[in-house]
Amino acid sequence: MNTCNGVVSLAALLLCVPVFAAPDAQRQAQLKHLLAQDCGACHGLYLTGGLGPELTPKTLAGKPRDSLIATVRLGRPGSAMPAWQALLSSEDIGWLVDHLLQGAPIP
Amino acid sequence: MIRSLILPAATALLLSACAQAPLRGSGDLGLVVERASGSVQIVETSHGQALARLDGLGDLSHASAVFSRDQRYAYVFGRDGGLTKIDLLKQRIDKRLIQGGNSIGGAISQDGTLIAVSNYVPGGVKVFDAATLELVADIPATLLADGNKRSRVVGLVDAPGQRFVFSLFDSGEIWSADFSQGNTPQITRYSNIGKQPYDALITADGRYYMAGLFGEDGMAQLDLWHPERGVKRVLGDYGRGEAKLPVYKMPHLEGWALANNQAFVPAVGRHQVLVMDARNWQQTAAIAVAGQPVFVTARPDGRQLWVNFAYPDNDRVQVIDSESHQVIADLKPGPAVLHMEFTGRGDQLWLSVRDADQVQVWDPYSLKRLTRLPAAAPSGIFFSSRAQQMGY
Repeated sequence: MNTCNGVVSLAALLLCVPVFAAPDAQRQAQLKHLLAQDCGACHGLYLTGGLGPELTPKTLAGKPRDSLIATVRLGRPGSAMPAWQALLSSEDIGWLVDHLLQGAPIP
Repeated sequence: MIRSLILPAATALLLSACAQAPLRGSGDLGLVVERASGSVQIVETSHGQALARLDGLGDLSHASAVFSRDQRYAYVFGRDGGLTKIDLLKQRIDKRLIQGGNSIGGAISQDGTLIAVSNYVPGGVKVFDAATLELVADIPATLLADGNKRSRVVGLVDAPGQRFVFSLFDSGEIWSADFSQGNTPQITRYSNIGKQPYDALITADGRYYMAGLFGEDGMAQLDLWHPERGVKRVLGDYGRGEAKLPVYKMPHLEGWALANNQAFVPAVGRHQVLVMDARNWQQTAAIAVAGQPVFVTARPDGRQLWVNFAYPDNDRVQVIDSESHQVIADLKPGPAVLHMEFTGRGDQLWLSVRDADQVQVWDPYSLKRLTRLPAAAPSGIFFSSRAQQMGY
């Protein structure tokens, strides 16, 4: 029983480790794909906007990183922007927002 | 004497036949949009093969196509405002222009002479001569409160009587533009039709125009036999008071299904296909499905419906029996199934599997996959049989 608990908490510890790390290269590739293809369904393949607003560095300039993260995490009630927190971790979202702010390269 | 005349004539005929591609029709042709590379493939359904790839069509996010009535030309509407006229037989771009900043789809008029494009930026509809692509009419949408932007336009369809009907996403309106009296359209505006119409459909007979609402429950319906009766709400009560699930991709109403006197449409924010009685438009059922439905497409004989889903369930396709409302097959064609298109008489279903870089051809009766064709991140598939269908 104790051993079992030990294993569980060790697993929990291990699971916690990536919380402080940026997504690895493989995950970054997945996120780039998601951004171009799935975010791109509304925001445009080149993020020039559509049903959702333009997400180029020019239009995002001056917008606080935290509020961008909140928008991705929680969505925007009253708009078509869904909450992504069920599918993306905080690290994923932080990385995506930084990627957008730096100018996501055109696929 | 006669013989010596016939022989050279026959030789000349043969030679000219060798110099050109053999004669063929275009009723079995179609386009596959390769979204990320700005290209389309011309495909042929009689032998399930690709004939050609055309490049240089710009940003093809959400691209769609309509066909000329002679089924020779396809008109492709790109996200970047590009309008491209493709000659399916010569396999080349016939004409191309950038008509707007950001657009979402188009339609061809009842008589085939006009092409209408709906734009997000600048919000409105532009109408072009189908032969020359010269601008015929510009219909700016309602100016929004900020005084700069105009409402984005969605759900543009052709309607009987040389009309185009469309919805205004931001201002919650439906407009009808009547070109029957010439190139200066007569516009009829219906306001307060509901919040955020996101897409629309028109019934096959061209009678009912129905816009799906994103900002509230239900659909806005205009009876084009009785436009004086105004816009009515249908499905207004479904799911009232329930929390909606997140929608990671907007459902589409094109290809919606009418079968067995019932209409089948995707629910918004619920993992359901909604069923209405198509005679009184009352909801009769809600069919539980695997995810947020994107397309609910009826096999042309109406007996079965094929449904695909938004991310993260977009690797699945479910087949529903229109009579029993049972899900009779749960297919996994591959990652990111974006679109499904039946051949005109329904002997084949083609579907695009974006993340597998392939288009698949299925037998929709045996539910078996017939073949796979390579395609670069394919999205929309459009067959020339659409040329003879209203609302396509």
